[in-house]
Amino acid sequence: MSFLVTGRRVAIVAGLRTPFARSGTVLRDAAGVVLARHAARELLCRAELDGALVDEVILGQVVPSVLTPNVAREVSLLPQFPRTIPAYTLNRACASAAQALTNAADQIRLGHADVILAGGVESLSDIPVLHSRRFSRTLVDASKAKTLGRRLSLFAHVRLRDLVPVTPAIAEPSTGESMGQSAEKMAKENGISRDAQDGLALLSHERAAAATTDGRLTAEIAPWFGGKGGDEVVTSDNGIRSDTSLEQLARLRPVFDRTYGTVTAGNSSPLTDGAAMVLLMSEDRARSLGYEPLAFLRSYAVAAVDPGWQLLMGPAYAVPKALERAGISWGELGLVEIHEAFAAQVLSNVQAWGSARWAERLGLPGPVGEVDWERTNVTGGSIAIGHPFGATGARIVTTLANEMRRRDVQFGLVSICAQGGMGSALVLERT
Amino acid sequence: MPAFHVDIEAGVAVVTLDVPGAPVNTLSTAVALEFDGLLTRLENDAAVNALVLISGKPDNFIAGADIEEFTHLRTAEEATSLSRRAQELMNRVAASRKPIVAAIHGSCLGGGLELALACQWRVATDHPKTQLGLPEVQLGIIPGAGGCNRLPRLIGARAALDMILAGKAERAVKARKLGITDELVHPAILLEVARRAAARLAQDGPSVRASTRGIAGILLDGTAPGRALVYHLARKQVRSKTGGHYPAPLAALDTVRVSLSRGMEAGLACEALRFGELAVTEVSRNLVGIFFATTALKKDDGVPAGAAGTLAPVTRIGVVGAGFMGAGIAGTAALNAQVEVRMRDADLPRVGKGLRTATAILDERLKRKRLTRPEHQRLAALISGTADDSGFRTAGLVIEAVFEDLEVKRGVVGALEHAVAPDAVIASNTSTIPIADIAARAQRPDRVLGMHFFSPVEKMPLLEIIPHQGTSARAIATAVRFGRRMGKTVIVVGDLPGFWVNRILTPYLNEAGILLMEGAPMEAIDRVMTRFGFPVGPVTLLDEVGLDVAGKAAGVMHGAFGARLAPSDFVRAMTEDGRLGRKNGRGFYRYGSGKRLGPDDSVYALAGVTKQPNIDERWVERRLVYSMLNEAALAAADGVIRSPRDGDIGAIFGIGFPPFRGGPLRMIDSVGAAQVVRTLRELGDAHGGRFDPAPSLVEMAGRGGRYYPDA
Repeated sequence: MSFLVTGRRVAIVAGLRTPFARSGTVLRDAAGVVLARHAARELLCRAELDGALVDEVILGQVVPSVLTPNVAREVSLLPQFPRTIPAYTLNRACASAAQALTNAADQIRLGHADVILAGGVESLSDIPVLHSRRFSRTLVDASKAKTLGRRLSLFAHVRLRDLVPVTPAIAEPSTGESMGQSAEKMAKENGISRDAQDGLALLSHERAAAATTDGRLTAEIAPWFGGKGGDEVVTSDNGIRSDTSLEQLARLRPVFDRTYGTVTAGNSSPLTDGAAMVLLMSEDRARSLGYEPLAFLRSYAVAAVDPGWQLLMGPAYAVPKALERAGISWGELGLVEIHEAFAAQVLSNVQAWGSARWAERLGLPGPVGEVDWERTNVTGGSIAIGHPFGATGARIVTTLANEMRRRDVQFGLVSICAQGGMGSALVLERT
Repeated sequence: MPAFHVDIEAGVAVVTLDVPGAPVNTLSTAVALEFDGLLTRLENDAAVNALVLISGKPDNFIAGADIEEFTHLRTAEEATSLSRRAQELMNRVAASRKPIVAAIHGSCLGGGLELALACQWRVATDHPKTQLGLPEVQLGIIPGAGGCNRLPRLIGARAALDMILAGKAERAVKARKLGITDELVHPAILLEVARRAAARLAQDGPSVRASTRGIAGILLDGTAPGRALVYHLARKQVRSKTGGHYPAPLAALDTVRVSLSRGMEAGLACEALRFGELAVTEVSRNLVGIFFATTALKKDDGVPAGAAGTLAPVTRIGVVGAGFMGAGIAGTAALNAQVEVRMRDADLPRVGKGLRTATAILDERLKRKRLTRPEHQRLAALISGTADDSGFRTAGLVIEAVFEDLEVKRGVVGALEHAVAPDAVIASNTSTIPIADIAARAQRPDRVLGMHFFSPVEKMPLLEIIPHQGTSARAIATAVRFGRRMGKTVIVVGDLPGFWVNRILTPYLNEAGILLMEGAPMEAIDRVMTRFGFPVGPVTLLDEVGLDVAGKAAGVMHGAFGARLAPSDFVRAMTEDGRLGRKNGRGFYRYGSGKRLGPDDSVYALAGVTKQPNIDERWVERRLVYSMLNEAALAAADGVIRSPRDGDIGAIFGIGFPPFRGGPLRMIDSVGAAQVVRTLRELGDAHGGRFDPAPSLVEMAGRGGRYYPDA
């Protein structure tokens, strides 16, 4: 009954991540590479998988470290692996880990690989801080200068303001608009109220807190041993607030439009450190190694919109495409996971999927579907759990696959918006 | 089969040494004779202008002289003439009209380095396996093939004495800096560079070496008063290090002095003479014996050859219990065996702490530059931790190091049986509990055994492996091999309380306690035993081990063996006062800011005794030493050790029994069983039944028997 699904079936065998921690907190001292290696090694241990069976490592990272630009290779050089496993790091912004997973799936489908470790990492505590263009040009010139006099004269032209470090901002190079400003714009253009945004944020925290307490989320987390003595153990995400309320959320001031805005720190995802890994295998290999797959990757799609329009509307295009490729309708979805960059963005996408006008615009016979919140983001989302850009896709796929198994659901959907107006969607299936 | 083969090309003869049937090259008399003949032939070969000497072995140039030959030397004269013959061969190399270049890759030790030193040029590889050194003093002798003469001439008295007196090998980079070698190259181009050097030397004549010693070097090595100062300092250091028990370093020092002050000829004569004297001393015989014993143990899997079948090498281990011991095992396994280590404890903070402790072993190596940063990163990534069973299914060996309690250990072993693969070996790290008891309720007791590590694991060289009656040969061999990969000297011992090391240690520590009860000063007791040759005395040892641990072990041993091993009340009085030894900064000695201060004389009052400053030190020594010798004889008769060799190695590496005495059983042989029995009876007359001589000793004394057949 598969329509456009071709090739070998790709099994999601296991997934694991580090705790997600707000940047500058408990994972502050761990470079991205350390987080990625920790999650990967722990996943191998828990899966009791011989590292020699892994064919490739593919990771996403949005803000790579200058010291380890190909972080995936550093992971594949863990001593648990032979030193001969190729690896690459990719960047599809916030959908990077999702892209790593689908790239891996393609390799497996094509028969180029049987076992791939895919995922992503981000450490926003460990971002490169740059020198100004003028100062870095001076440094480069000075390193090539032949005489001391020439070197000194180069530095004589440096102005004090050239020494101010440049911190990369989360802004669209093509529009100059920050992501928060885009979310604010979407809230206004789509009529998403502050109450609705805060309501979603509250739901996210409540559900994430419940799933942490009952162990569904912590089961996907490799404990992090921090502190000087190694005994400050982190086993859960530190952005989740079990005690927040609509009143508290309502008290927060809008960040991007202080007078008429609705987007606050409370209804946005925080800057986060963390890594997440997923073990993918061809169905045959998974079964011959004795693994019971959690789920299979049935289809995926990516799309992009004009960043100058509504930056985070990519999923509104990508989701119907992925469903079409999967050959299923929205109604068949038992679980849906929507990445929560901003509550305003989630609700804008939800609005579009349910809208006849949107369907018309896409040339669909009817609306994509109505979101049923009882089956959507059932363990919370990125607003509560956090959003390490490069890792989020792997976190969501793992959680969805585990929950599909728990609820014995046939089809599940992942929707992720990304910088640059992009959107990514994956359809998972069981049995 | 010849050991050498020769390839002549473009005037350069490449002489490859590859001693047939041996893993490494050694210079036996036969090899030396063949080399001598070869030199004659090549000297007369008009097609040869220069020679390159290289090894055909992987990662080994020449490991040294054939030590086996030393054991056949009967008299000092024989040994001196052996040295003379070796010197003559080296002189011939040094005087060769055709330049000889040593191309060194791998270990270049003892006679191997002496040969290289005689060559006109030395090229070494910059490989970690390339190590150069003169380890002779470790065997109680001195370099006897010109090494005491050529090395100081090449690199100065100071650096040469550093190397000769400690017997330590230097890595290639350091050797190049010292000026021992002339060039440092990548292994792939070693032969080519050596060939070119040989051709160049043949054409241009000898090269002049630039001195790399600096001002201090010129003053200290280049002037007579400077050298006098160097000798004085070296002598002082040797005295304090050897306690006067090891004559070889002083003999080497003398030889270097004679050589530099009276010339090469006098130096060589002195070297041969001193080599001869030393080679037949008991000290040297004992040290050579230890060398052979440890070499033999490296090939001994603890089971008859072939009994274990083919074993898959262990690539991942599990460690249960992330305390100091478990972390020590984990860190040492990652460092030396380079396997994945999964550490488990009941709660995560303990796991985290254990991980940090284990990694600290690697950090220490990094700090001392024994590991590079990438190596450190790689090894550290081998160690991971968990509070569940994850990662244990693929472990080939699991070691539990939990609290020393039978029921706890049984519980852990029972749980592990379900967590690990069916063929994994389960080891219990215990110092006192019989393995048979721990394995008693196991579903598959055949794969359960004991691995008794000593603390701190990363520093202590010995490992006792304890099979119980039903342990399979496969399990034993797996554990022995893995212990060796961890860098340990491994002995397989019997499953009786205390096993070997703690068994013979118990009466010794008890006796120290009894002496303290008599008011003997702790510092005097310790001094007597360090003078005997132990690295630390028994009272210091109690403080280091921990008085609670020692007290508990003593109780177990007393329970098992009765009155003979009854401990004194002193240690109990100490623990009741909350004194646990060094670990809580309160023991027999006083501690402050991490350092040991003087003895704490207030402890005598705790036991209700007064300090008696006057003791008969010789009598104290006898009481302590003979309590251990007697227990060693008793344990040996009980079958705790497989051979006297294992027993002596265990005592030397596990307790620090003076190596120059060869171990307790070797010492009984040296003293003579009859004399040992007489001394024990004398001690028994004065102090009672605990000194009753072991029946096996009495029997040996009766028939003039020995532990070791050779005389």
